[in-house]
Amino acid sequence: MSQANTLAAPDYFSLFELPRHLNLDPSALEKTFYAKSRRLHPDRFAARPLAEQEAALAASSQLNDAYRTLKDPIARTEYLLSLEGVQMDEQSRAATDAAKAAGTAKKQVAPPDLLEEAFELNMQLEEMRMAKKMGEDDPATRTELEGARERFTAMLHELEDKLHALWNDWDTHTEAGEEAAKTSTRDAMVALLNRRSYARNLVRDVNEALD
Amino acid sequence: MAENTQHRVVGIDLGTTNSLVAIMQGGVPVVIPGEDGSPIVPSVVAFDQETHAGFAVGNAAREVLLTAPGNAVYSVKRLMGRDLADVEPELKLFPFKLADGLQPGEVLKLNIGGLTLTPPEVSAYVLLQLKKNAERFLGGPVTKAVITVPAYFNDAQRQATKDAGRIAGLDVLRLVNEPTAAALAYGLDKNADGSAREGIIAVYDFGGGTFDISILKLHEGIFEVISTGGDTHLGGDDIDNLLLAVAIDDIRGDLGVDITQDPAAMQALRKVVIEAKIELSAADSARLAVELQGGRLYAREITRAQFEGLIASVIERTAAPVRQALKDADLSPEQIDEVVMVGGSTRVPAVRTLVSQLFGLEARGKKLHTELNPDEVVALGAAVQAQILSGTEHAVTNDLLLLDVTPLSLGIEALGGVVAKIIQRNSTIPASATEHFTTGVDGQTTVAIHVLQGERELAKDCRSLARFDLKGIPPMVAGLPRIEVKFLIDANGILHVSAREQRSGQQAQVEVKPTYGLTDEQVETMILDSFDNAESDIEARLVIEARNEANTILEATRKARQQPVWQQLTADEHDAINAALTSVEASLKSEDHKVIRNTIAQLDQHTRRLAELMMDSAVSGALGGKKMATADEGLGGEIGAPTTAPHAFAPAQISESEDSSPADVLQAAENDPETPAESTED
Ligand SMILES: Nc1ncnc2c1ncn2[C@@H]1O[C@H](COP(=O)(O)OP(=O)(O)O)[C@@H](O)[C@H]1O
Ligand SMILES: [Mg+2]
Repeated sequence: MSQANTLAAPDYFSLFELPRHLNLDPSALEKTFYAKSRRLHPDRFAARPLAEQEAALAASSQLNDAYRTLKDPIARTEYLLSLEGVQMDEQSRAATDAAKAAGTAKKQVAPPDLLEEAFELNMQLEEMRMAKKMGEDDPATRTELEGARERFTAMLHELEDKLHALWNDWDTHTEAGEEAAKTSTRDAMVALLNRRSYARNLVRDVNEALD
Repeated sequence: MAENTQHRVVGIDLGTTNSLVAIMQGGVPVVIPGEDGSPIVPSVVAFDQETHAGFAVGNAAREVLLTAPGNAVYSVKRLMGRDLADVEPELKLFPFKLADGLQPGEVLKLNIGGLTLTPPEVSAYVLLQLKKNAERFLGGPVTKAVITVPAYFNDAQRQATKDAGRIAGLDVLRLVNEPTAAALAYGLDKNADGSAREGIIAVYDFGGGTFDISILKLHEGIFEVISTGGDTHLGGDDIDNLLLAVAIDDIRGDLGVDITQDPAAMQALRKVVIEAKIELSAADSARLAVELQGGRLYAREITRAQFEGLIASVIERTAAPVRQALKDADLSPEQIDEVVMVGGSTRVPAVRTLVSQLFGLEARGKKLHTELNPDEVVALGAAVQAQILSGTEHAVTNDLLLLDVTPLSLGIEALGGVVAKIIQRNSTIPASATEHFTTGVDGQTTVAIHVLQGERELAKDCRSLARFDLKGIPPMVAGLPRIEVKFLIDANGILHVSAREQRSGQQAQVEVKPTYGLTDEQVETMILDSFDNAESDIEARLVIEARNEANTILEATRKARQQPVWQQLTADEHDAINAALTSVEASLKSEDHKVIRNTIAQLDQHTRRLAELMMDSAVSGALGGKKMATADEGLGGEIGAPTTAPHAFAPAQISESEDSSPADVLQAAENDPETPAESTED
């Protein structure tokens, strides 16, 4: 999702008076959110002049958008990356264009090393769907898919751990002002998030097929 | 409490079945009684010349339902913000008489007692009554209100509710979700000693027409909704319809009478069925008895067990949204500290058992919260929120704040009819999202955007909210313009859109065409005066509508006179028609709608044979058939349809039934010799 380039709008980290770090304390974040909500929520301005009501609406929607983004680890990472000039949806731009040209639904670009396995998996998914359509079960494919689900779920957990390690790197480099190290950590996170979103979609498809 | 009446904001529960108004008094919310002493105003509106002011709301309107069903309407909340296609299934179960010639996407119009009204207008009459009750109680004008809506209401349904308020002359400060209001009324954020309490609560709201579930986190006076779910077409009405189906079947089978053809008898039966249902919440059995035309009596006994078997599938339908809401909140049932029961249908013991099970309460030594009257709790909470919004200082409400969520994801239609989600469901509101659009063709100056609400992948499966045209884009090479569109869901859960072209810095024009709903201008023309002036408003409308109809029939008759079939009529017939035509023309000047209607009826009478001849010669005209084309087939024309009617208590049907769910009931009926259907002719 592309972020709003609304002029003058402070970024979500500054809104919460936080440094651009990726590790954050959820309960502190919540506390700030509650305190700010008490001040900014439109309910506090219902009896005020229209201009104040509109300002409250703008401010509190921004606060809520910020909280929603920062609270969620992945959304937070993607948001920070976007502040660093990375457009996460650039990554799938190529896929979008391809889909447009072909008039089909958008497919994600597979990370190269997953290509082979993903290809195989997609074949199995197709078989499973066919079987389901015919009202049959395909125990062999089912077993294979269950295996794949396990593998990719494990991969997701592994990726999450790696992401946390990258967060630590990022925060350390930011503290130290090491720009070059920040850039390489940033790129590592982009690659990791792409991989993660790819794996997550596979798991989702497998779950659907196995249902 | 020397509260300035100017600042008084009332809280209104505009229910499917019942509506109430409440206000804070000395730090506690109280419901406001009507002239009859009861705070409950049934959500029934009648337009009937027999009633005192030409219209009636509440219990008085309910009387009309029994004597002149065509002049009254109930459960209109089911139609709020809905489209013709949405309500098709409703028409089989409710006696809604839709106006002729409605187009898809157009705001629905109902014919009630000679008037044509939209659902927000009908609701406005209920609000007028509540406003009047509040003014009488408070001894001063009431112009500001908080109105509650089912949490699962979509944008169109919310907008329609807000329109209803405006039509009733109320400034609607906020739409509050019903379960959230109920949570507020329970004040579970405080311990008995007044100290703050933290915790997670679930509110299960099962009313007449809607079901909601909300999960909230309480923290020092903040009521933060974490997730919500529901079904805007699930409630006590569905239970009533099951019972009705059984009775209709019985009557058809045993007495050979098709009661569905008699609207008044159907209303009487509905009344009896509801009474039996309510009785079954307290007693082990109840008796259904109704007198049919010709003094024949239909009666049967229903046991609690039979009833529970019959309704099991309906109440089980509430379980899926509960599980989904828990999943969305990322909580297990055991993590819910308290469960609050709201809505009249939570009085059904089987419902309580189900909810208790869903949250594993018994094992944890916990009980459902049923202390507050489930009919009143939503209005009480609305009154609390009304005081919060009034901007006046009150120790009780100073620290309270509701943080609610949007129940449905917001998306825009992308290539291939797929929906791209831009605001996920359960996002705290106000919430916004900014999207960028561009052109696909060189020099393109408009871009069409389709906004939807719902969780499905494809646009066709989601609720269409609006189509926008971004206009006035400066002509540029395809793909170069960059139009920023901001979608904002406000604290009422209502969507606002604005747009800007960034390359040229021009403010792109947004023309919002809501897919469903009234325009501001339409609402403006509908605004009702006070309750006391409503009578003359109605009279004026009746005259206008009678004149419109007169003009239509005049036009049609004049046209018919040019047709060859005209020559097939006798000279006498010609004279009679011409005379009737002249008197319709003359009556147009009358200010009495009855005079106009009379002459129309005359002309209708005299042109009957003409209409028939025209039909025969396959000339389809405006004449004839017009009056026959009502959208429904009388109340419950289809209620007894075999798919939905579990022939639960009709022993003759036992062996034929293949449906598994009513089978238990059938079994119960068979095993229980004390409950045969008895039908006597005395
Ligand atoms: N004792 C009861 N047992 C079963 N159902 C009841 C009882 N009392 C009320 N109801 C049902 O509750 C519904 C009305 O509940 P309410 O909360 O007022 O609904 P709404 O909010 O939709 O107006 C109706 O379907 C009514 O028949
Ligand atoms: Mg209700």
